[in-house]
Amino acid sequence: MNWLRTIFREIFGLFVDDGSFALLILVWLGLTALLLPYLGWVPTWRGHILFVGLAAILMGSAIRYARRNGS
Amino acid sequence: MASFLASLVECVEALTVVLAVGSVRGWRSAIVGSAAAVAILLLLIAGLGRALTRVPLQTLQLVIGVLLLLFGLRWLRKAILRSAGRIPIHDEEAAFAKNSASMRRLPGSGRWDRVAFATAFQIVMLEGTEVVFIVVAVGAGGVGLLLPASLGAIAALVGVIAFGFALHRPLANVPENKLKFVVGVLLSAFGTFWVGEGADFVWPGGDWWIFGLVLGYFVIAILTVALCRGKTNPMESGVNIQTAVSE
Repeated sequence: MNWLRTIFREIFGLFVDDGSFALLILVWLGLTALLLPYLGWVPTWRGHILFVGLAAILMGSAIRYARRNGS
Repeated sequence: MASFLASLVECVEALTVVLAVGSVRGWRSAIVGSAAAVAILLLLIAGLGRALTRVPLQTLQLVIGVLLLLFGLRWLRKAILRSAGRIPIHDEEAAFAKNSASMRRLPGSGRWDRVAFATAFQIVMLEGTEVVFIVVAVGAGGVGLLLPASLGAIAALVGVIAFGFALHRPLANVPENKLKFVVGVLLSAFGTFWVGEGADFVWPGGDWWIFGLVLGYFVIAILTVALCRGKTNPMESGVNIQTAVSE
């Protein structure tokens, strides 16, 4: 059964290795999916906002990691 | 394409361990262990693929989109940090040597080597689970996508097995980080698009907007590599696309 536990751990690790990075992505997805429709903006803007937020999270997380583990 | 490239990376990683097991402990148990895992994974793809056709497409796109984003952005972040020299590049030769050494230390157990079987089975299951997720996620995005996604994964598997067993050593020259970089960009773009579709967002140009997202993530990733290298201006740092994804 040990290998089964390893597989479940591996499956979880597929999606999460940095907890705060994954959490930020989920929070941003939740905010854009739940709030943007109520703001009454042009529908074509919603996708752009979704992308910009995700790109900012990616950049921020990578740069923070690089600074923390500077050469 | 996304399915093929992602599967290629996972297959190379699994092959490294299977080759180490086979060359040290014997090929029979290693091959049977790997084949058993592949059979289970194929059943999983068939079962999941059939079950997913019953879920409404919009719900499926939202859920799969979220998972793809978590998965794709994680890969892309790691590839960026590797390209920037902040985390070490995965070395298949070193992994092969390490696995071979640990296999030699374990006692032998006759004709059927349980250690070889279990190790080969476990690594193929572990890496194969990622392949199954990618195939199902890419295949669930639209009608008729599961077959080409599966064929992409099978092509990668067959190619890696053929090269690996011809060479009898790990495929050290596969540019793993380049592949992870490209796959991370593709999966992140697909994930963003499908979350948008699932949440009823309107993409200008419909499906064609995926190309815009691919380009967007690519530019962001290149820029982030430059920033992670410690230079504030990517133009000054002399970073170009070739060097950014090649390390």
